[in-house]
Amino acid sequence: MADLNESIEESQENNNLPKVFLHGPPEFSFILQPNPSHNFHILNPSSLPPLHQFLSLNPHHASSIAAIVCTGGYTVNADVLQLLPALRLVCTPSAGTDHIDLSECRRRGIQVAGAGNLFSEDVADMAVALLIDVSRKISAADRFLRRQVQNVSWNFPLGSKLTGKKIGIVGMGRIGSEVAKRLEAFSCMISYNSRNKKPLVSYPYYSTVLELATDTNVLILCCDLNDQTRHIVNKEVMLALGKGGIIVNVGRGALIDEKELLKCLIEDEIGGAGLDVFENEPHVPKDFFSLDNVVLSPHAAVVTSESLMGIRQIVEQNLTAFFSNKAPITPVI
Amino acid sequence: MGSIGVLLVSHQVIPYLEQELNKRYNLFRLWDFPQKSQLLTQHGASIRAVVGDAFAGADSDLIEALPKLEIVSSFSVGVDKIDLGKCKEKGIRVTNTPDVLTDEVADLAIGLMLTLLRRICECDRYVRGGNWKHGDYKLTTKFSGKTVGIIGLGRIGAAIAKRAEGFNCPISYYSRTQKQESKYKYYPSVVELASNCDILVVACPLTEETHHIINREVINALGPKGFLINIGRGKHVDEPELVFALLEGRLGGAGLDVFENEPHVPEELFGLENVVLLPHVGSATVETRTAMADLVLGNLEAHFLGKPLLTPLV
Repeated sequence: MADLNESIEESQENNNLPKVFLHGPPEFSFILQPNPSHNFHILNPSSLPPLHQFLSLNPHHASSIAAIVCTGGYTVNADVLQLLPALRLVCTPSAGTDHIDLSECRRRGIQVAGAGNLFSEDVADMAVALLIDVSRKISAADRFLRRQVQNVSWNFPLGSKLTGKKIGIVGMGRIGSEVAKRLEAFSCMISYNSRNKKPLVSYPYYSTVLELATDTNVLILCCDLNDQTRHIVNKEVMLALGKGGIIVNVGRGALIDEKELLKCLIEDEIGGAGLDVFENEPHVPKDFFSLDNVVLSPHAAVVTSESLMGIRQIVEQNLTAFFSNKAPITPVI
Repeated sequence: MGSIGVLLVSHQVIPYLEQELNKRYNLFRLWDFPQKSQLLTQHGASIRAVVGDAFAGADSDLIEALPKLEIVSSFSVGVDKIDLGKCKEKGIRVTNTPDVLTDEVADLAIGLMLTLLRRICECDRYVRGGNWKHGDYKLTTKFSGKTVGIIGLGRIGAAIAKRAEGFNCPISYYSRTQKQESKYKYYPSVVELASNCDILVVACPLTEETHHIINREVINALGPKGFLINIGRGKHVDEPELVFALLEGRLGGAGLDVFENEPHVPEELFGLENVVLLPHVGSATVETRTAMADLVLGNLEAHFLGKPLLTPLV
């Protein structure tokens, strides 16, 4: 149904514009608000109702939706694509794309636009923040001080040195590269694993995560989640990393065997972990809460004011470009 | 050498250092004596060396009470707890532990910046408190690209600058004199530096001139979107002013590794989410504290063998 606040004129104009649908939770409305200068029309600027309900209320729109803007957790798979025969663009302002069936989009000639390099810095900053925190026990020390009886001598355990450590980065895409660049300034030694060796990257390459873990003190997970990378960090890898080793995960929770990780942390088989993602968000196993050698973050790697302003811009720019018959600004495929 | 009297004035040095001092010298521990005067009366005449740290050193009274004192070796790089003037006057040598802790302190400074702006400690508390199921944590502030202003461009200041550059942070600084060979932007006063940066870091020695170098004027210049990081000494900051500014929202936030009267921390800070509070852990890793201890031991050994000191200050 047309927005009740639209005038007859507006709705006639809008009828001629390509239609865009917001596929996300109710709060997702922040991502794109109607603007008279848009060369497209947002069917559901409040981001309500959800897709299936919208289509059953407005079956005539199914064949008019030209683009959807979706967020992580809101799947765009073959079933969804089947419902939208006129779809030509999927715009996903998220760092990951595991919620989209990219090969199905390719098959159907649907373009996919992502977040480009927008989040890379914030995610890399989060990775380094978690690493320094775990190494130097920053959150644990802050917690210690706030609980401390006043004026009692500070007796807090020593941390471990970060400068010069050997860092193994799993996934040397945009985020992995930004992490590497930051840690080089700490005189850390960088090596990496990814699906394929990157010819333009000069850091030493390891063809398996196991070999990488054997030769490094720290593993930082910056790769996509897919069938090959599910539980890529398993018990064997953790034991190879060894006591004193640190794992940082800013990718997806399922990159790590979470149950095994918990065991290794409790049994001191590895030194510590900094985690921004978990297998079953927002559920975090309670056993983590009593550990001082972990730092836990609620999937906040891109949740900064600066990134928020940035994604609104990127979504708008991609849609505007696409509907001006130009290529999307930040294509994924 | 077992008969050389050495006085250890701080119990916060690592066990390794205490054990080695005990092995090599006739070690007196200040805290073993209920009254300092008792120690001085009984053993003052046999003490030839004092080992202190960031928390306790050798003031004028102590130096006067130890007629045979030849050397003060500090388990720290900062020597504000040692009366350097008095030592110079009496020909007493002073050593500290530069260089071995530079990286460690610089790493922590960046760690404070990141955990403060990105609210890492708050987020960790949020998750541990079971709050994530009720909703995501709020927006935080991006670190990369923020302007970092450094007070003191010595070893530690330069190491902080190098790391911050990896995050595309423009660097500016204040120091007593402009460093001609530096590529960073110089400001001739701390207030101007504070007005022109997002994150202000204290990385200079504590002296009479730098006492309360962070005062109300500087804090106001830094402002509600600005952040203060202190990895120097607590007395660099006018602490009550800092607390008021934070409570009144005149300062964006603070990351503090040091306080005016350690181990006391102003209680008003405990309720704030825009501060990160640390118990003076700038050099606190196994690797670095061991290296610092070896420097203390090495300096003492060199002195008593009549060889050149490793890291003399006086």
